[in-house]
Amino acid sequence: MAPLLQVNNLVVNYGMIRALKGISFTVEQGEIVSLIGANGAGKTTTLHTITGLLRPKSGSVLFKGEELTSIPAHKIVTRGLVHVPEGRRIFQSLTVAENLMMGSYTRKDKAAIARDLEHVYELFPRLKERRTQLAGTLSGGEQQMLAMGRALLCGGEMIVMDEPSMGLSPLLVSEVFEIIGEFRKEGKTVLLVEQNAKKAMSVSDRVYVLETGSIAKEGRAEELINDESIKKAYLGE
Amino acid sequence: MNVLSAIINGLSAGGTYAMIALGYTMVYGIAKMLNFAHGDIIMVGGYAMFVTLLLCRQPLLALAVAVVFCVLIGILIERLAYKPLRGASSLAVLITAIGMSYLLQSLAQVIFKSAPKPMTALQIGGMLTFGSFSVAYSTLITLAATVIVMVTLSLFIKYSKTGRAMIAVSEDKGAALLMGINVNKIIAITFAIGSALAALAGYFMLAKAPSLSNTLGAMPGIKAFTAAVIGGIGSIPGAMLGGILLGVVESMCNSVPVIAPYTDAIEFSILILILLVKPSGILGKMRREKV
Repeated sequence: MAPLLQVNNLVVNYGMIRALKGISFTVEQGEIVSLIGANGAGKTTTLHTITGLLRPKSGSVLFKGEELTSIPAHKIVTRGLVHVPEGRRIFQSLTVAENLMMGSYTRKDKAAIARDLEHVYELFPRLKERRTQLAGTLSGGEQQMLAMGRALLCGGEMIVMDEPSMGLSPLLVSEVFEIIGEFRKEGKTVLLVEQNAKKAMSVSDRVYVLETGSIAKEGRAEELINDESIKKAYLGE
Repeated sequence: MNVLSAIINGLSAGGTYAMIALGYTMVYGIAKMLNFAHGDIIMVGGYAMFVTLLLCRQPLLALAVAVVFCVLIGILIERLAYKPLRGASSLAVLITAIGMSYLLQSLAQVIFKSAPKPMTALQIGGMLTFGSFSVAYSTLITLAATVIVMVTLSLFIKYSKTGRAMIAVSEDKGAALLMGINVNKIIAITFAIGSALAALAGYFMLAKAPSLSNTLGAMPGIKAFTAAVIGGIGSIPGAMLGGILLGVVESMCNSVPVIAPYTDAIEFSILILILLVKPSGILGKMRREKV
């Protein structure tokens, strides 16, 4: 069977700078895959190109066999691919509940939306408590929960997440990764970009290591976590 | 003199400013641009009413035609002149908007010549009198329309799906795209609403002072822009407040013969004063710098 997401030879320029130098990778249905790498390696650029916020110079992004690089960015979520952006980017002047409803913006099935909303409130009881509060007044951790809950309301089968643990306390970081584990149980496919390589590898099936716009290494998470060079460069051991 | 009637006249004039200011502020909030051609949409609506009245002397029909025509022109301008510049420097967009303003004024002059057109068919005559106190019907109607427009627009923004999408786009275009919001469509809707309000404001302006020329929208446009900045550009309640405030100040100044010649100077001084004290305007949000 063809992979759910297939990225082929993706080249992306940022002005004069070549941010991605032709990377290829795949994500299978039901997998959790991490992209790790230093600042500026091209992780966020990769995610932005997959969900249409950036357009590649060349290469392709196939999702369920459909080419994504030629469809408008706002239509990508309707194909079942959801992006939780770096820095949460929730809508600060809308309430928690309104933010969640923005997630279901393109969906028509009211019953399914209500079911997903109920589910999000079960997963994140804090959001239910604070549903009438303006999202801008939430703490960083709660905002990350909201961004994840909002993504669940998009109803997609695959979620790409950009630095979900950034700026959170160790306790909250663990909570975020527990939720990612929860996504797997629900059969969601996850592509994860993380600075916290150790945590990312601990929940992932497979890992790709990005170095200055190219994939330097790839493999199963449990193998790479013991790889000496990875340990040195990314795990601080 | 009669302070009460000055206030009522001010509220009514302010209502017209507020309607125009809403167009400036919504477009700024959502498309992040200053649409300096916005005032001239009032004038475009004026000529749409003029042409309609030549064919059929129905003021309300003329208003309806003007609203529809302005909406179409507003969307067309955005599509042809501003949309290709999305992502360009804000200076390029600003200059384009100023150019668009002159283009509209010149086109109107070429088509309709420069002699002002009398628009007496739009006049709403009559006064409501309580003892020594009297107020024109046109003033009261403008006031009532302002209240209806503001309440409807506020409810629309707060409770409709499109309204919330507008808030989302104004906050974060990228995140809005990721949610599946068609940002271009939301921007077009914003221009449509702004243009419809400009047409309505033009109707009330002409109902009070029934003379139409190609610069009809120029001064009210600048005043309304001032109102939007006073209230806090990008803020919808701010535009309403700024418009009303400016209208009341204008009317109060005009009612005192000694001060009347300095009305414009006083209004713009208020702008400067408010910006000195609170650069983001009365209800404007302080822009937080991203770290």
